[in-house]
Amino acid sequence: MSLLSIENLSLEIGEATILKDIDLTIASGEVLGLVGESGSGKSMTALTIMQLLPEAARARGRVTFDGIDILAAPEEAMCRLRGDDLGMVFQEPMTALNPVKSIGEQVAEGIRWHTGANRADAEARARAILDRVGLPEAQFPLSRFPHELSGGQRQRVVIAIACALKPKLLIADEPTTALDVVLQAQILDLLRDLVDESRMGLLLISHDLAVVAEMADRVTIMRSGEVMEAGPTADILSAKRHPYTRQLAEASTHVPARANGRAVVQAAPALLEVSGITRDYPGRRRGLFAQDKPFRAVDAVSFSMPAGHAVALVGRSGCGKSTLARMILALDRPTAGEIRLMGETLAGKSEAQLRGARRNMQVVFQDPYGSFDPRHRVERLVAEPLHLLDTQPSAAERRDLVAQALDEVGLAPADMDKFPHEFSGGQRQRISIARAIITRPKLIVADEPVSALDVSIRAQILDLFADLNQRLGLTYLFITHDLTVARAITDEVMVMDEGRIVERGPTREVLKHPATPAARALVEAAPDLEQALAARMRT
Amino acid sequence: MTAYLAKRLAIGLVTLIVASAVVFCVLEIVPGDPALLMLGMNAEPEALATLREQMGLNQPILLRYLDWVSGMAVGDFGRSYTYSSPVIDLIGERVLVSLPLAIMALVLSTVIALSVGIFAAARRGRPADTMVMGVAQVGVAIPNFWFALLLIYLFAVWLRLVPAGGFPGWGAGVWPAIKALIMPAVALALPQAAILARVTRSAMLEVLGEDYIRTARAKGMPRRIVLWHHALRNALIPVLTILGLQFSFLLAGTIIIENVFYLPGLGRLVFQAITQRDLIVVEGVVMLLVASIVLVNILVDIGYAIVDPRLRTRR
Repeated sequence: MSLLSIENLSLEIGEATILKDIDLTIASGEVLGLVGESGSGKSMTALTIMQLLPEAARARGRVTFDGIDILAAPEEAMCRLRGDDLGMVFQEPMTALNPVKSIGEQVAEGIRWHTGANRADAEARARAILDRVGLPEAQFPLSRFPHELSGGQRQRVVIAIACALKPKLLIADEPTTALDVVLQAQILDLLRDLVDESRMGLLLISHDLAVVAEMADRVTIMRSGEVMEAGPTADILSAKRHPYTRQLAEASTHVPARANGRAVVQAAPALLEVSGITRDYPGRRRGLFAQDKPFRAVDAVSFSMPAGHAVALVGRSGCGKSTLARMILALDRPTAGEIRLMGETLAGKSEAQLRGARRNMQVVFQDPYGSFDPRHRVERLVAEPLHLLDTQPSAAERRDLVAQALDEVGLAPADMDKFPHEFSGGQRQRISIARAIITRPKLIVADEPVSALDVSIRAQILDLFADLNQRLGLTYLFITHDLTVARAITDEVMVMDEGRIVERGPTREVLKHPATPAARALVEAAPDLEQALAARMRT
Repeated sequence: MTAYLAKRLAIGLVTLIVASAVVFCVLEIVPGDPALLMLGMNAEPEALATLREQMGLNQPILLRYLDWVSGMAVGDFGRSYTYSSPVIDLIGERVLVSLPLAIMALVLSTVIALSVGIFAAARRGRPADTMVMGVAQVGVAIPNFWFALLLIYLFAVWLRLVPAGGFPGWGAGVWPAIKALIMPAVALALPQAAILARVTRSAMLEVLGEDYIRTARAKGMPRRIVLWHHALRNALIPVLTILGLQFSFLLAGTIIIENVFYLPGLGRLVFQAITQRDLIVVEGVVMLLVASIVLVNILVDIGYAIVDPRLRTRR
């Protein structure tokens, strides 16, 4: 008998139908991958099993866990299940822990609640599980607070909370999406070990086919609240019988068509030259007079980028890539070193002197929604950089420029009178690209421009970047921790580690034969759909 | 933590020094001749000269300021001209009324506000929430002196449960003294509680939407425990801020309320001193009020550090 079985589950919130006739089962010791794009209902399925749905939600059908009818179970029964036999790990580790309670308190709390153990016993068990998830006592005493830990460490604490009482089923909702590839690989290994150790069932929710291919025995593919296809992972993902499965698989390995005649531009003069750039941050205050040594975020980095090139800057979280990008964009001043854009020095200039340079370099951020003022119309948002022009366009000219920019990114000129919330995530990213190209810049710095997007949208945006590179001769600096993005649209890759650029070369070369340990770690940790499937077929 | 505390104390000290300079400027320098201000335009020249001598007005301004500040530092607030007794004695007498009143009002408003705010947040959108918040809305709008009159009419005139005003002194026994302070404390506390309850409710609702609340629920903790153990402590941060700000309004409120209830407290003392132009008393009491506000703010800052571990290591 299976551990969890869901039959004909339907879910409505108010008038909206969220889930329609969902069926799925998980046995002990089995990993089920639940795949789908945002809005497909995978998180809602998980919250239904946990009975942590919004109050307005109405579920119908049958959910049986370990012989218990979940939908009919009273709240007290659910409280006994949650955190004991049924654990859950969430997507965003940075906010998943209570900032005012120590990690020891947060892990021990559930243990005490469920087992009635006294404080000392509960703390001893909390200690043991924290050791188990890779947070040893020496560096991570129980008295640590969440803000003293990194994202990956916090996710380990969340896993410790969920697994403290050896649950029969663990639900992990995008547990590694917010982490860099090396941390992702570590967390996935940990989950895998926990499954093997105690024959725990694992419901792994992810939008990343490669992750699911590596981890899951069986996979269920969802789209807009319905199950599209379900079955053994290797079978489903290699046969790709269902058109939607095929679409997902193609989108996640999508490589935009680009001309490969890069030799011509190689000879072009350098658009951006960075020499010996360093950035120190003052150390943390330890007491009234004691202070830590300054922290060197970027350490004597030098490189140059020819015009028309697309370069990826890859590295783990905290390696200094965003700090470097901020200095290139003149949003932060380097401690030492020099940056030249089209031969003009940026460091030490006033905002007025930087106008010309700002016109020639624009930025695209990860979260398009967060970088728009929700009260402004698209016309105003896209036209914003126009104040950098020396002669201000008239209102009519302004609308023409905005219309042209929107057209270039594949949106209708009529969209300029709408507000950002009227657009989907992919369309919003198009708007932020339109904003970036309106001043006809030479250089675009893109900080994780597609990592917040679903795979199919992401393929479209990558196509758009490739297309603009060809048509407008744009030079790109892509900052990313995702190697598939680097592989898809960049000519060259620079690997950054602890503030330095440790390796640089043609993208294909570096990703195939990484020379330095930092680059190797990234490449090895990156999940790969084809390789994972090949490995599954062999066994 | 020590660095944090030292910084708060230093800020408090600087505030006191700046406030003393401002008070000194406004009351002793801007009027031109404090003695003339105190005695009025028709004062005898001899009386003026004597008072100037007595107040040390013939000395240079900086010296007068330093004398005044160093006097206060050792508890010498000067001598009242109208009461002809040391200001510190007057204050000492009145503090016995005002301090218990302020503490009662503060405790009352905090207790009411927190329980009402948490109650409403836990029942968000239900009739109980709407009703309680409606009452709070009215409470925000009611001026405390008018509310005080209502209380007098209801409890003193009509039900005859408590005295309508006056203060029997602590010598008459603890209970009669407390009884005399109940209505003034309620009149001061309720409008404040209404504001604070709304802040508590919105802070709680915001915190209840956070991811870590979901984590706690996924741990199996029932809603009630999550509310008290996880949400409340996080919601206290904005509540503490408002509480600190409200304390100064509470002190200002005592001046009106003590007059309405005819209580011999600091508020009445400063009110009378102003009408009688007794500058020395005004200066002393104002500085005392400033010091108490500085102290409360330091307590609020310490409260932050207790509630939020992130503040203990930062700065």
